[in-house]
Order: sequence, then structure tokens, then C-alpha cells
Amino acid sequence: MRREPAQTLGDYTPLLFPAAMLTIFFVVPFGTMIAVSFFQRQQGGFYTPAFVYDNYARFLSAFFGGVLGFSLMLAIAVAVCCVVLALPFTYLLTRMARSVQVLWLVALLSVLSLSEVIIGFAWSTLFSRTAGITNILVALGLMGEAQALTPSFGAVLTGMVYQAFPYTVLVLFPALVRLDPTLTEAARTLGASPLKAFFTVVVPALRNTIVATLIMVFIFALGSYLLPQLLGRPQHWTLSVLITDQAIYQSNMPFAAAMAVFLVLVTLGLVALTVIAGRKGEAA
Amino acid sequence: MSGLALQNVVKEFGTFRAVNDVDLTVPHGTFVCMLGPSGCGKTTLLRMIAGLDLPTSGAIRLDGEDITRVPTHKRDLGMVFQSLALFPHLTVGENIAYPLRIRNAPKEDQQRRVDELLAMIHLQGYADRPVSKLSGGQRQRVAIARALSISPKLFLLDEPLSALDAKLREAMQVELRQLQQKLGITTIVVTHDQREAMTMADTVVVMSGGEIRQAAPPVEIYRRPADSFVADFIGQTNLIEAESDTLGHVRVLGQPVPGLSLLPGAAKATLSIRPEDVRLTAPGAGALSGTVTFIRDLGGTIETFVDVAGRQIVAVSTPRARPEVTVGQRVGVALTPDCCVVLRK
Repeated sequence: MRREPAQTLGDYTPLLFPAAMLTIFFVVPFGTMIAVSFFQRQQGGFYTPAFVYDNYARFLSAFFGGVLGFSLMLAIAVAVCCVVLALPFTYLLTRMARSVQVLWLVALLSVLSLSEVIIGFAWSTLFSRTAGITNILVALGLMGEAQALTPSFGAVLTGMVYQAFPYTVLVLFPALVRLDPTLTEAARTLGASPLKAFFTVVVPALRNTIVATLIMVFIFALGSYLLPQLLGRPQHWTLSVLITDQAIYQSNMPFAAAMAVFLVLVTLGLVALTVIAGRKGEAA
Repeated sequence: MSGLALQNVVKEFGTFRAVNDVDLTVPHGTFVCMLGPSGCGKTTLLRMIAGLDLPTSGAIRLDGEDITRVPTHKRDLGMVFQSLALFPHLTVGENIAYPLRIRNAPKEDQQRRVDELLAMIHLQGYADRPVSKLSGGQRQRVAIARALSISPKLFLLDEPLSALDAKLREAMQVELRQLQQKLGITTIVVTHDQREAMTMADTVVVMSGGEIRQAAPPVEIYRRPADSFVADFIGQTNLIEAESDTLGHVRVLGQPVPGLSLLPGAAKATLSIRPEDVRLTAPGAGALSGTVTFIRDLGGTIETFVDVAGRQIVAVSTPRARPEVTVGQRVGVALTPDCCVVLRK
């Protein structure tokens, strides 16, 4: 169905409400943050309006560069782990009976209802020496003695993958449900084993969905600031942790704002690159 | 034995028996059409031959080897699905090369084979097009070429032409049959379209309720249907009750038909009389008498509906042999023993 293009000002009225909400709750706060990032910091937690680059200049150091690099690497690792785990899982889920699907989706949704704090403390208990999963391995005779798995990079990664996994499944689910099941059957009749059929038909046919999901999980993981503190050492802290630290504990709003703006810019840049690369791949 | 053999194949879904004890032999190089109403088990049977479903019991043999439990991808088949199932992320050429690529055939061989197949389906120069840019008939040909690219032992097609419009479908039927004869490949097509089956098949397998009702060449299926289901399903027919007295004289709707005999020991039977075998005459001796109720003139054929003792009998004739009758006229319906097929009960 084709719709008439908007002719009069009146035709735009349905847009007013979302536009206003977007302005009040996104454009204004974000603009404020950009403005604050150029302000001059006063000792004692205040800032005065100014236009200085000090906050950005301070950021351009090896230390913050390292933190930024680690944050991006962690977010990419979480995104890749989530998609690699969720894609086969969701694929198998869509092939199951409706009742089984509903059961799994409800379970995943209940994980979504857990707050980051609860997930963080739950995993730190599971990874602890005294009450952790290594005690089970010891009981099974697979390990000599119980040991603490946290704080470590692996613990941070596990916690964040756990947190982002339900989102990943929910984003992949509709696309996989719509995928014609005869495509894989056709691949099998043409000589592909079920595993080969998955990699030569399901994955490439869903390329765009997979890229979109990677970007979504990446951005989601980039904002995580509690799990790295709960499950990691200071060297596993992400830029989001430092931003929180600066904004809340050091009361350095201008520097926190500058870091946040920088993080947004880098994120947008990476997403744009991915999209452009995706377009190129499509054309080829 | 060379070819495909199904032995006592049964498939149950829960308590529902979709395929009930099917035996079928398909000699190498023959073209078989499985024909039946929807839900008769023909697609399930095809999926078991392909290995996409496992039989509950029974055996499937290909060239003497038991393939009942061989996974689909090791059966060296070519299959065309109702939805065609062309891979949307691949071009025409890549789709056709897929079975070769999966088997790690050398690039040059793949290229050569794709060119050969594109020439065979009259789509030269289409190799680099995305499949989404093709018409329905072109997609159909690509799906067929893809299924044939490894020269499979078995060529299976599930309602392959149902998405095409009527004209194109008839043309593709002829093309598919000619292609199969040229390649000499054992082919099984599932269809609910009897014209399609009659056009293409060496053997038509009529199925109903998960069972094979008759498996025979098209003309025999038409001329000598095994039972009333087959007679009624294939083409148009008049099914009329006949009864025999103790002396063996057969009466049809009260009218004696000399020379006709029912199956030994049966006092009653159903006759199948094809509409083109029904001859309308002047009312009188040696014929059933009835009243013309309706005349359907289709241009190429004329169907005359006659009411005989409450039973409707249809007669078909060509315009040249148009019966000189009008609605309401009393006519005679002449029956000769050679046009009546006595059906098993």
C-alpha cells in the first residue's frame, strides 16, 4: 500500500509527541553533556561554564587509551560470544514444539528481569572458592582443591555474556522463525550434512540479522559498569566504570562528560564502519 | 535389482498412520508420479525416500542397497521442493554449483557443469543474477538444474509446478518429461494434478488414505481403474451399480446388458463408464432410457447430463458428433460391455 506524502503541517501532528519526548529525554540531556564536557572544572565538585579542551586533552593518555581499548575489546568479545552461543541455540529452539519454545522464552525473559547487581553477586558466589562451582568439580574428582575463579577476565566475560544472552536470543528469534525450514532440508538433499547446512545456508542467509545483533550486543555490553567491578580486577574496568567513578566519586563532571562523548563517538564510528562493510559485502 | 524398492513402508505420526504398508518398485530410469488428494501420504512417502523422515517400519532399497537409515546427505539425490527452496543469498550460478561445492569439486568442474546446466534450462548468461530477480518459471528451472547438478541417482520432486500459472505449468510438464527421457534418470514426482501425472509418468501411483490403490501406466489407470476411488479420481467417470442374477445375466439400472459379466461369485458390482464411451441413441430397446437435464457446451467438448432412474449419467462428445438433443428430451443411453469396467468392491 502506498501512502500519500505529508502535505500540510497538520499531517505531521502525529509526530509531535515522539519528537517532544525525544527532545526532552534525549537531545536536551545529551546536549547538556556535550556542553559540560567543555566546561572548566572547579576544585570541590563544581564547574564553571567555559570552552576548554582540557578534559579531552587529559583523556588522550596511554592510560585512558588502554581502558578504551579494553572496553571495546570486552564489548566485542561479549558480542561475539553471545551470537556464537545464541545462534545455534535459537536455531534449534525454533525447530522445537511450540510449548518448548514458550518455556525457554519465559525462562530467558526471567533472566532479563534480574538486575545487573543480582547477576554480579550471583556469579561472584558461583565463582568463589568457598561456595563456588569448583567445589562440585572437586566432589566429582575432576579437581584437586577448590579455587576462586573471580576476580578475573573470564568471570567478567561470563557475567556479561550471561546478562546479554537473553537479548541476543530475543533479537535472533523472529528472523530464525521466518527462515524457510525447507532451505536446510534442500541443503541436506543436495549433499550437505546438518552442520554444513547450518554454516552454508542458515548463517549466510541471516548475515544481516547477525551483523545487527552483533552491533546491538556490542553497544549493550559497552554500557556495563557494575559487572566489571564486581567480577574483575581494576585492570578489567571499562570506560563506563571510569566514567561512573569520575562523575560520582571524583565529582569531576566535565571529565566524565568528555569521556562519555568520546565513547559515544567511537561507538558510532564502529557501528558506521560495520554498516558500510556490510553494504560492500552485499554489493560484492 | 537396479532402481528403487519400497518394502512394507509404514510411517506413523503419534497414533496417525500417514503411510500404511506401502510396497512399490521403481525400475531404473522410470518416471513415477505419485498422485492423490491432499493428506493421502504421498509427500510423506517422498520425504522418506529422501531421508527427511524416517519410516516407522519397512525398508527402502536403492540399487539393491538398504538406504532406510542412510542420512539424506549421503543418498546422492536431487530434490525439488514445492517452495523451490532456492538459497536467497546465492546467485543462480552459485545455487546450481552448491551440491558440487559441498562435495569440494574443483572450481573449473563446477563452472563447466553450471554452464552445461544453464544451457540445458535455456538460461545462459544468468549465472551471476540473484535468484530474487527471476520469474517464477525461471526459478523453477534453476531449482531443477540445482537438483540435477551432481547427476543424482534419484530425482525427487514435491509438487514442483504448483506455483506456476496453468499455461506455464503445461509447458513445464512437457519439458520436464523430455528432460527426464534425455537423462534417463529415475524420477519420482508428487502431485495432486492428474493431468500432470498423465502427461509425464511412465507409472502413475494413485494413493489414498496412506495406501497405494493402483500403480500402473497412465492409460491403464484410465482404461482399467482398479477400484471406484481410482476410477473417480482419474478423469471423469460414471459410477453405476450393476447386479447379476443366478444365471449370470447382468442388469444395469433394470436394463439387461447382454455380454457383460461381473466378477465370479459377485452378485453386485460397480461399473465405471467413461463419459466419452456413453452413446446417446433414440429411446427404445437395448438402451437405458432417461431424460436430458442439462447440456454443458464447452466449445471443444459437449457434456450432456442424462437422468436415468434417478441416477445422473454424463456423456461427452465432440462438436462434430454433437447429439441432436435438447433439455427435457427423452433419450436412450446405449451401454456396450467393452466400455463398462467392472470394479472390485
